[in-house]
Parts: sequence; structure tokens; C-alpha cells
Amino acid sequence: MQDPASQVDHPIPNKSVLITALHRILPSSAVLSDAEDLRPYECDGLSAYRELPLAVCLPETVEQVRAVLRVCHDMSVPVVARGAGTGLSGGALPLANGVVLSLAKFMRILEVDPVNRIARVQPGVRNLAISQAAAPYGLYYAPDPSSQIACTIGGNVAENSGGVHCLKYGLTVHNVLGLKVLTMDGELLEIGGAALDGPGYDLLALMTGSEGLLGVIVEVTVKLLPKPERAQVVLAAFDDVVKAGEAVGSIIGAGIIPGGLEMMDNLAIRAAEDFIHAGYPVDAAAILLCEVDGANEEVSDQILKVREILKQAGATEVRTARDEAERLKFWAGRKAAFPAVGRISPDYYCMDGTIPRKRLSEVLSRIAELSKEYGLPVANVFHAGDGNLHPLILYDANKPGELERTEEFGGKILDLCVAVGGTITGEHGVGMEKIGQMCHQFASAELAQFHAVKHAFDPQALLNPGKAVPTLHRCAEFGAMHVHGGKLSFPEMERF
Amino acid sequence: MTPDIDISAALQAKVLEAIAQGRPLQIAGGGSKIFYGRAPQGEALSVTGHRGVISYEPTELVITARAGTRLADVEALLASHNQMLPFEPPHFTANATLGGAIATGLSGPCRPYTGSVRDFVLGVKVLTGKGEILSFGGQVMKNVAGFDVSRFMAGSLGTLGILLEVSLKVLPRPESEQTLLFECSALDAIQRMNAWAGQPLPLSGAVFDGGRLYLRLSGSEAALSAARQTLGGELFPDGTAFWRDVRDHTYTFFQDDAPLWRLSAPAATPPFDLPGEWLLDWGGAQRWLKTSCAAATIREITAKAGGHATLFRGGDRQGAVFHPLPPALMALHRRLKAAFDPHGILNPARMYPDV
Ligand SMILES: Cc1cc2nc3c(=O)[nH]c(=O)nc-3n(C[C@H](O)[C@H](O)[C@H](O)COP(=O)(O)OP(=O)(O)OC[C@H]3O[C@@H](n4cnc5c(N)ncnc54)[C@H](O)[C@@H]3O)c2cc1C
Repeated sequence: MQDPASQVDHPIPNKSVLITALHRILPSSAVLSDAEDLRPYECDGLSAYRELPLAVCLPETVEQVRAVLRVCHDMSVPVVARGAGTGLSGGALPLANGVVLSLAKFMRILEVDPVNRIARVQPGVRNLAISQAAAPYGLYYAPDPSSQIACTIGGNVAENSGGVHCLKYGLTVHNVLGLKVLTMDGELLEIGGAALDGPGYDLLALMTGSEGLLGVIVEVTVKLLPKPERAQVVLAAFDDVVKAGEAVGSIIGAGIIPGGLEMMDNLAIRAAEDFIHAGYPVDAAAILLCEVDGANEEVSDQILKVREILKQAGATEVRTARDEAERLKFWAGRKAAFPAVGRISPDYYCMDGTIPRKRLSEVLSRIAELSKEYGLPVANVFHAGDGNLHPLILYDANKPGELERTEEFGGKILDLCVAVGGTITGEHGVGMEKIGQMCHQFASAELAQFHAVKHAFDPQALLNPGKAVPTLHRCAEFGAMHVHGGKLSFPEMERF
Repeated sequence: MTPDIDISAALQAKVLEAIAQGRPLQIAGGGSKIFYGRAPQGEALSVTGHRGVISYEPTELVITARAGTRLADVEALLASHNQMLPFEPPHFTANATLGGAIATGLSGPCRPYTGSVRDFVLGVKVLTGKGEILSFGGQVMKNVAGFDVSRFMAGSLGTLGILLEVSLKVLPRPESEQTLLFECSALDAIQRMNAWAGQPLPLSGAVFDGGRLYLRLSGSEAALSAARQTLGGELFPDGTAFWRDVRDHTYTFFQDDAPLWRLSAPAATPPFDLPGEWLLDWGGAQRWLKTSCAAATIREITAKAGGHATLFRGGDRQGAVFHPLPPALMALHRRLKAAFDPHGILNPARMYPDV
């Protein structure tokens, strides 16, 4: 839950003075301040955390965004940027003493340049809309988060989002060439552009994944890729999750980099099958979806190799999609895995740790043990090729204490990921949710360095304060609670 | 290969001493890229003694090595497992180190097709100008915990910290490689390179040297023969040497004492109206120009096209080697420099006069 100690101290602003100032610079329909109007903005995709802001602003022009930032800057009011609010770590969670700056009205695709293979878009453009605009030229925007029909490119940049095709085509950071960013004091920075690099420091790397803490993204230039000539997917069923995990290593060890390589366990398979009817084998302990793409002949070659490797790895069934419709069906099941799990449980809590792939079986066994201990079922969905896990803990928020137990269980999963040499978040970000685990992953000197970076952009800490990087004070408190009775969690695990 | 040695404690002591005495340090790797950037200042601090591969797991696609490890040694180890550094870093000389490759942020001919140095950085251990040894990122493929300081280090020319260890994503080597040759004009070459890059072809290099267009294809035999059907052109037998020479500037074009400029611009930009000799790399996105033309003219014309120009080699190394930044961005660079190196002791002024 949101913890007041994590909020940077900013004076409580006078709400009516603030609202008056905002009305002076924006059309009245672009300033929301009544509780019922604010309600839709009270949370992001992590709905267990809720808070009403003082106001929500919906500017339409860069000048209006700048004006909002200046007003907030002058009044020391914190600002939380917001795209579509699909984030899963509370990154866009409002602050009670702050303003939510929605970029939802920035929906224009400014340019598609098929010759230079770039698109220049406003931050509120939906991820999928970019690929749709590029499709007539045989091009597409590669990162494809499962939320792509809803999430915005600005949110994608802020989170460095991934998708099921990251293994081969990279994350957001690999596919963005330029940004226009407004700093908290209203300065417009142009970073990169349509060339492959820019002069000076790699600020694109720093901005990507910065969770709205460094600047407000007001324009994005993305790279477009040619659509592969052909893509083909193989579905393999296993009677044992560990065997499926080992098959992933064998495919990569054979020199094949699939376009996508995803795994689902039995609970996730059944939920997805119930929902989408993708034709998944519901008795399997795990399935792998392995997609290869490229030139026609190359795909045929690789499919044969992949099928052979999967059989050798002990797959009980190996099925190549018969046609494009079946290929899309196989993926639809995977992409709908979260909402599918949402149908079988009142609530679910999505984790996002990443681990070295070779530690998969021990991590899965430990999660299964914890699931028993806590009496909370877990459905596992992962970007297997990248070692990015999404254990979904099933719970019921209406049962007293269950959310707290779920969070504790989730925290243990993340500790486990760190203990095996991985990270607490692969693509969903730290946000408000994993702020405590950051103290576990980083030493205080590194956290202090993050704060120094933040300070270079936003000296008054007005942009999304209290998220993504914990204060050292917060860590001291968290540490006291965490190393309960002087015992580290998982003392039996080798530490890196 | 030379034995593994960890001298991070000694390097840290040197940095603390330099802080105490207010003495700048010039971070020295193998010296292969010492010509690059503004003229080095300060006492040389060699990092080549800090070397060795710390971990390498082919099936995880990750290697971690100390920054002083020779680039050639890293690549030889990867090659023995049929893998490679996917950004084809220039060596320039045999002494090139891994740390220097990351700090200069230079990528070879495959860059537009597979990615740049920073695209493959997964984690770093760095000794900052405060004398602290910090770790960012890690050895896993996806990691969004905290700001991406490890990728930010790539190309920062040692002005923010001394790289101690680097973890990189590696990839399998392509099954085969072929180079095709076409005779054409510069304008024609730019149009063709960009048209091909918009199609699903296994491209991994596209260079125009003034008279001929060289196109490299990498992938499975099946993919290559299919691509050759589409592309035509003549098979060029000495591809391996050609791409290495372009990468390391041992190609004849680069054998010249004239100032060498690097222009980075949108790939399809038509030929620039600037006097001198040209070699177009990266399918047109990176253009090499030998010229005695005034810096201001080069920069104005490149910027108009949405690009930037670097005085890569030769010329005035005390002047504006890198494209000047607008005031707000320059101020941010100063603040970031101060965030990592508050005493200004690491490679001072190597990038910009006060960064
Ligand atoms: C069903 C479901 C499936 C998902 N699948 C995936 C997946 O496969 N891969 C993946 O990576 N994520 C996934 N997500 C998470 C989420 O969709 C991504 O994090 C997405 O990038 C968030 O975009 P958004 O527009 O909704 O941003 P928001 O949630 O509105 O904001 C996210 C963060 O970005 C900041 N922000 C937003 N816009 C800007 C801007 N213009 N400037 C500065 N900061 C800004 C916010 O302050 C906040 O910190 C999924 C979510 C759901 C609900």
C-alpha cells in the first residue's frame, strides 16, 4: 500500500488557488477537479492502489503542457504524467497533493516516413495504431505489449515496455530513435531524431524506462521494421514445466533466435483456453509457443529444427499452426492470458521478475512451494526466451487480509529473483508497487546515484515523486521490516 | 590470453587520491581510440591491467568481462562458441579493449540492422568520479529497475566513470555471409540501400565507396539464396576483408591525413552538397567525409537534414569536435557530469569543453 513516508515532502497546495491557475491556461473542459470526474484516474492497471489527485489536466498542445508544468512548478505541486493508465506497477497512481497530467489527447500520428522507416507520433498514440499506420508500407513497430490495443507509446517509453517479440526485436529502448521532452521547469529538450544517434550523452537510454520521473514525453520518433516475409509458430506441450524450461535453452543453444518464445503453465493454459478457445492442450503441465520468422525457405528450415529440438526435449505433442488463422489463435490465447486469469479469480496480482534462464526450474519449484504455504494459487505466464516471469497470484481482495498476504507472497517471489541473479522488474516498472524491493536490489550508493540523476533533471523532485526510486530513509524502514529477526529470505540460495 | 587480474581496488585508490589532490585523470585503455574526442588531459590511468572474462554462458547469451580485456580476446572466445558481439565494434588497433569499445560507443557496419553498442549493454560495474564502485543493470535480458545507467555509460567517453565490468548480450553467428556488388551513383546507392532496408531481406551491411555499392547479407543459406534472387548484383569474393577494413578504417578511403568527419543523418538524406570525398556506411545513415571545409558549414548543412557532425579524426582536437548542443541540453549535460563526477577529474573536457 502507498506509504506516506515514500512521498517527498511538498507543502499541501491550496487547491482552489491551483484550480484557478489551471483554468487560466486550459479550456475549462480540460481541468477536472470534482471527485466524480477524478474517479476514473484514481488508479492504473494495479487497481489495489488508489488515490484521488487534486486535479486532472487534459492538455492538447505542447504549449498547454508547458503551461501546466510551469504552474505546478511555481506552486511546488507534484505532477504525475499519465498515458492510458494500463501500467501494472502504480506508476501513474495519482498523488493526493498532486496533479495528474494526462497525455490522452495527444493522439496524432505526425508522420510516417516509409523511406527512412520511421514514424513520428504524439505520446498518446496507442502502440497498435503505429503498426496499423505503417502497415500499408509493409512496415511495423516491433514492441508488442499484450496491452497494445490500449497502452500509449508515451507510457511504453516511460516503462521501456516489452512484448512477446522482444527476444529478437528488442524492447522499447531498442526501437525508439528520438524524443521531445518537457522538463519540469518547462524547457523543451530534443533528444535524438530520425538519425541513428545524436551528439552527447545517450539521454534516450536514460529517458526510456524513467517512469515519468525525469520529464514529460511530448513526441516520440520510432523505428519501423519491414514485416517478415513469413512467420510460423509451433506449439509444444510438456508433462513437466522443467522440461519445457530446458527446451528453451536447447533452442537458443542451437543458434536459433525465435521471434517469440513464450511459456504458460497448466493453470494459465486452462484459463486462456476457456476464454479464447485457442486449441491449447488443457492437460499439459506447460506449453511453449515458439515463433520463427524470416524468409520463406529459412522459416521452413528452422521450423523443422525447432520441432526436432522440442521432441528431443521431451515434448508430448508438437503442433505447427496450420495456417495464419491458427497462428493468430495461438498468440491470441497467450496475449489474453492476464484477462483470462482475471475470469477465474476475483483478483490477481501480476509479478514481473526476470531471472537467468538456467535458474528457471528452481525458481518455479520455490514459487510452487510458496503457493502452498500461502494457500494462494499461482498461474505462470512467461517471456521464456528472455527469462521474464509473470507469476499471477490469484486472490480475493474482499477476504480480509488476503491482499496483504498476496503482497507478501509477491515480495518473496521478487526477493527470489534477486537472489538468483535476476531483477525485480523486467518490463512493468517499479512504480509505487516495488519501491520496497528496490532497497533489496540496490545498495544505498546506487540509489543515491539514481537520486543524483533525478536531481539533474528535476531538482525540486516534482515529477512523479516517491515512485521508482526509494528514498534512503524509506529503505531503512523497509530493511528493518524485511530482515525480520536478522534472517534474510532464502539463506539457502547462492547470492550474486 | 593474458591472466585474469582484478585491480579495481588499486583503481579506486587512484581515483580517491586524484580527488584529494584535485588532479584530473585520463582513462587509458589500449590507446586504439585515443585520437577520438577532444584532446585527452590529465595523468594517464591505465585500466588494461583490469582484465579477464568473469562469466560467459553461451545458452544464456550473456558475457561479463572486465573492461581492460582485449576486445580481440572477447571476440575469439565468443567465436569458439559460434557467437559474436552483434554490434561489430571497430578495433582500429589490436590493443583495443572492451571498456574502450563501450566508452566510445562506436558500432560497425551492421549497426542499422542488428543494433548499436548500447543496445547490447545489459549491465556495468563502474567507478565514478566520487570514487564509488557501483553496479547497474545485470546479466539478464530485461531489467527496468532504476534508471538505465548502464546503457547511459555507452558513448560517454569515460567522462562519467571508469568502466570496470561490462555485461553484454551476445548472439549466434550467422550461418553464412555473402557480399554483393553493384555499380551506381551516390544518389542511386542511397535510394537502393533504403528501399532494400524497407523489405524483409537479411541485410547486415550497406556501404557505397564512391563508385560501388557493397551489400552484405547474413543468415541461413536458404535466406541468402532467396535474397540473391531478389537483389541481383555481382558476388564479391573478398567480403570478409572488406567489411573488416571498413570497420577498422584500414580501407583505402581512410588512408589519408585530411580531417575525417562523421555525419550521422536520416539514412535516405540525398547526397550532401559539401566538397570532399565520401564513403557512405550504415545504408546512408553514417557518412564519412574527408574535407578541409569549415566546421560551421558542415554542421549547418548536416543539422538542416536532421543530423549531426563529428570531427572524427585529425583537424583541431582542442575545438568543437562533437556537434554543439543547444543551451538547455548542454546545461543538462553539465549537471549529469556533476552527478557522476562532481570534482571533474575523469577525462575532463574529452566530450565538450566542460564535460
Ligand atoms: C492486460 C495487460 C497486459 C500487459 N502486457 C504488457 C506486456 O506484454 N509488456 C509490457 O511491457 N507491459 C505490459 N503491460 C503493462 C502496461 O501496458 C505498459 O507498462 C504500458 O507501457 C503502459 O502504458 P500506458 O499508456 O498505459 O501508461 P500509464 O500506465 O498511463 O503510465 C505508465 C508510466 O508512464 C508514465 N508516463 C505515461 N505517459 C508519459 C509521458 N508522455 N511522459 C512521461 N511519462 C509518462 C506514467 O507517469 C507512469 O509512470 C500490460 C498491462 C495490462 C493491463
